[in-house]
Amino acid sequence: MPIVLELRSVLKEFPGHRAVDNISLQLERGGFYSLLGPSGCGKTTTLRMIGGFEQPDAGEVVLNGAIVNGLKPFQRDVSTVFQSYALFPHLTALGNVEFGLRERKIADRAARARRALDLVQLSGKSDRTPAELSGGEKQRVALARSLVLEPQILLLDEPLAALDPKLRKEMRGELKAMQRKTGITFLFVTHDQEEALSMSDRVAVMNQGRIEQFGTPEEVYLRPMTRFVAGFLGAINWFGKTGVRPESTRLAREKPDGVPCIPGAVESSLFFGNRVHVHSRLEDGGRAVAELTLEQNHFAEGEVVWIHWKHADELRFE
Amino acid sequence: MNLRARFLLPGRVWMALFFAAPLAIVCGYSFLTRGDYGGVEQPWTVENFTRLADPIYLGILWRSLWMALLATALCALLGFPLALFIARAGQRKNLWLQLVLLPFWTSFLVRTYAWLFILRDTGLVNTVLMRLHVISSPLPLLYNGGAVLLGLVYNFLPFFVLPMYATLERLDPALMEASADLGARPMTTLCRVIVPVSAPGIVAGSVLVFIPCLGAYLTPDLLGGGKTVMLGNLVQNQFTTARDWPFGSAASLALMLASALLLAALMRSRFAKELM
Repeated sequence: MPIVLELRSVLKEFPGHRAVDNISLQLERGGFYSLLGPSGCGKTTTLRMIGGFEQPDAGEVVLNGAIVNGLKPFQRDVSTVFQSYALFPHLTALGNVEFGLRERKIADRAARARRALDLVQLSGKSDRTPAELSGGEKQRVALARSLVLEPQILLLDEPLAALDPKLRKEMRGELKAMQRKTGITFLFVTHDQEEALSMSDRVAVMNQGRIEQFGTPEEVYLRPMTRFVAGFLGAINWFGKTGVRPESTRLAREKPDGVPCIPGAVESSLFFGNRVHVHSRLEDGGRAVAELTLEQNHFAEGEVVWIHWKHADELRFE
Repeated sequence: MNLRARFLLPGRVWMALFFAAPLAIVCGYSFLTRGDYGGVEQPWTVENFTRLADPIYLGILWRSLWMALLATALCALLGFPLALFIARAGQRKNLWLQLVLLPFWTSFLVRTYAWLFILRDTGLVNTVLMRLHVISSPLPLLYNGGAVLLGLVYNFLPFFVLPMYATLERLDPALMEASADLGARPMTTLCRVIVPVSAPGIVAGSVLVFIPCLGAYLTPDLLGGGKTVMLGNLVQNQFTTARDWPFGSAASLALMLASALLLAALMRSRFAKELM
């Protein structure tokens, strides 16, 4: 697949701090990509530089082989779905979707706008104003408004953050399906690792203005290259310099043979319906969590146990 | 008497004494007959209102509406860009707002007189232009409709700028970004997003300018030199020079009615919520 977007050593400074610190990234056409990181890691600034709302202080933003650094947002063939949706309150859902088509002097814009509203399953509400739509519906209008323009790349700035948790999970599947259906490259910014892992073809994990790791969800989760990536993508138990995910951590009453293990005492267990988190205290004062199925959990509070894991599940960092 | 009524009492007394009672007197006078030396006499009549239909007075009413409309349009044309500029001035916002309000530190009368010194035949503008030999005889800048319009716009511009600023300041910057993102150039964003979304502010500012302009009397009196008579001047004239209190009362009621009708129309419109 050809490269649709490339960042070359992009750097952005705001008074007092370096928001984006020398980022390089290549996105292939038609992929679903995520920028994942904690708030303030520079992911939104990166997205805004691609959209043209911020100018990089150094480096190049390359869209389809052309450097677009100096171009204004209206001169770039990219589109953004804003966190607040930013729907035009004086226009109907259909009017919002038609907005960009009007700018492009496209003839059959009403028909195309209606098809876009169909795609997001809002055809029945095309005459409503944003004030008459629910949060999820506004989100769909914002998506349709950008998708209808068939941009080179669609930028999504934490678009699910304002939705309630149930709807947020439903929208994950829908977003991914929409991306596959339209074939448009998505670049999705989020601080929610589940969102990034479940939807993306590739995830760029960001921290303090840098990309710590860029890889498939499996790679970044199972083979994190830094302590930060390991810790940000999921819970982790530290046994000295060795990290083990809770779901790879097991408990036993007898000392197991042939696997690494360490003694501890069960402190508490938290029930989550389909699984249990058993928290133990280590002899050195540290703590460890084992994620067990209901059958695996037969440990009582205060009980002395052996915490063990497989070598293959160890995460090691320099 | 509960707490709510107690707190409302001073306001109620004030409004009754200084608004309701005088208004009732004006209403009463408007149906009476003019006394020989001013004042009012029996019998009751509606003649004061029928007189308003006279072409002379209809002309004044028409001129007042026209002048107020022009002044409002000019205030909007000048005030909108100014308000937009201030709303986007960042940390300097407060400085610019203070400058807009600065004229209020001196009296309305003094500011209007100042224009006399600028515009009259031996005033600042004509003197400078003559010294520079741009003109050989003074331009007639004063005592015409243009001077009145200038005075109205000058005096009422802040009344447009302030509500306009308040509206534009609250405008979500993401809307402008979204517009640019969808391919709109800045001018298109202004016409298709900023103006329509801030329409309630434009209406609020326009009402605040139009209504006082409609009843203005000092500005047309001083800068129009009695030649550009507006409704306010008519009312003032009837109470002073003409000593026709009943007709003056009728004329001022007509002015109130015109303003009230306009406001009522706006309140019923979709902007009502924003104005309240």
